[in-house]
Amino acid sequence: MSDQLSVATRKGLFIYDRHPHASPHWLPRAEVQFLGDPVTMVLADPRSATLHAALNLGHFGVKMRRSSDGGQNWTEVAVPAYPPKPESAADESDAAWTLAQVWALERGGPDQPGLLWAGTIPGGLFRSLDGGDSWTLVRSLWDRPERREWFGGGYDHPGIHSICVDPHDSRRVTIGISCGGIWQTRDAGETWDCRASGMKADYMPEERIGDPNIQDVHRLAQCAANPDVLWVQHHSGLYRSTDGAASWQPLVAQPSSFGFTVAVHPQDPETAWFVPAAKDACRVPSHAHLVVTRTRDGGATFETLDHGLPRAPAYDLVYRHGLDVDASGKRLAMGSTTGALWISEDGGNSWTCLSAHLPPIYCVRFSPG
Amino acid sequence: MPQIVFAPAIQRHQPCPPLKVAAGTVSAALGQAFSAQPQMRDYILDDQGRLRRHVAIFIDGRVIEDRLHLTDAAGETAEIYVVQALSGG
Repeated sequence: MSDQLSVATRKGLFIYDRHPHASPHWLPRAEVQFLGDPVTMVLADPRSATLHAALNLGHFGVKMRRSSDGGQNWTEVAVPAYPPKPESAADESDAAWTLAQVWALERGGPDQPGLLWAGTIPGGLFRSLDGGDSWTLVRSLWDRPERREWFGGGYDHPGIHSICVDPHDSRRVTIGISCGGIWQTRDAGETWDCRASGMKADYMPEERIGDPNIQDVHRLAQCAANPDVLWVQHHSGLYRSTDGAASWQPLVAQPSSFGFTVAVHPQDPETAWFVPAAKDACRVPSHAHLVVTRTRDGGATFETLDHGLPRAPAYDLVYRHGLDVDASGKRLAMGSTTGALWISEDGGNSWTCLSAHLPPIYCVRFSPG
Repeated sequence: MPQIVFAPAIQRHQPCPPLKVAAGTVSAALGQAFSAQPQMRDYILDDQGRLRRHVAIFIDGRVIEDRLHLTDAAGETAEIYVVQALSGG
């Protein structure tokens, strides 16, 4: 199980450690990292015992920091920079040819030491081969003509928010894009295929509803034990694939299938968690009652979990990276835009509030145990 | 010689004392400052080499006119002041 939790917020990075004899078990460290600055993503890399943080300084742009001592001291390291925009790329689809945000950070496989992936707004995927000392735009995806049809969802421009590296074959990487569907490489990024068949974008004109390339995938997650099973929280509902993203089947949950996040049990491909909001036009919990929904039968049925979560009215919204599960599948963390943070140690059956007064939470992430 | 000064909000991230630079354009003055403090460049310019949208530059109290190419001239006694534009919450 993981005993360290990173909480990236609008105003800094808060690191919690588990103390078995304390109550509650999880306590924040006294020193907040980057206090006052937005931290959009964090990644622990056990291969190099490093912690990576992506900041988005309002005035001064995106910055990357790396720590080799568990988050106490940080070094400024290279930022994924877009190459010079060519003169030919002058139309609207390339208007945002510059780094706006690091929205996803993932490590490569154990057989790829030093390899990191970064997903960004406005839609560029970057790769580092040296643990973040340098980054290169993955042109094989960026230069695809379909990329120019992606559009913003949540932000003004498209963004890669989910990167799933297959634990059984690290050359197979599947990414989720708002709004650009699902894309997958099976040769470590040499070539890419759009893999969102079966998804429906009900916000689009009828003739484009089923277009895989414009699907607004809010979050994509992969089962570590069975990487052919992937789950999606989509703008228009929930989806599951059992064939490595070749096809997607819609699911329906109560009280709502709208939301932003999904977490998948690392060993059980039948189990996943979602945090619903009422609907697109009303992004708060249904009936102001915050719940987590869990399926343990592959999405056939869903349970509604709220033990330990606040009584109504509660208007907490959980963003794409605001829900995480550790490698045991029992510990979950959840953070909201209202600045509330919860932990569950029993697979979501019950929750403990660690704080209701943090800054708006962008990302919660367990460090590998 | 003109002097280039970075506001405290920038120096919180990139310490850089006031720097005497050769008279010329704002672009040339920034170039000299970046030579002395290479990481400063990423704070002031984006990855396309453009002045960041929320950074402002003044010469003797007047905001520069050419944000695109930074060709405003800074004379021998000028103070070039680089500051964050006020925004956010």
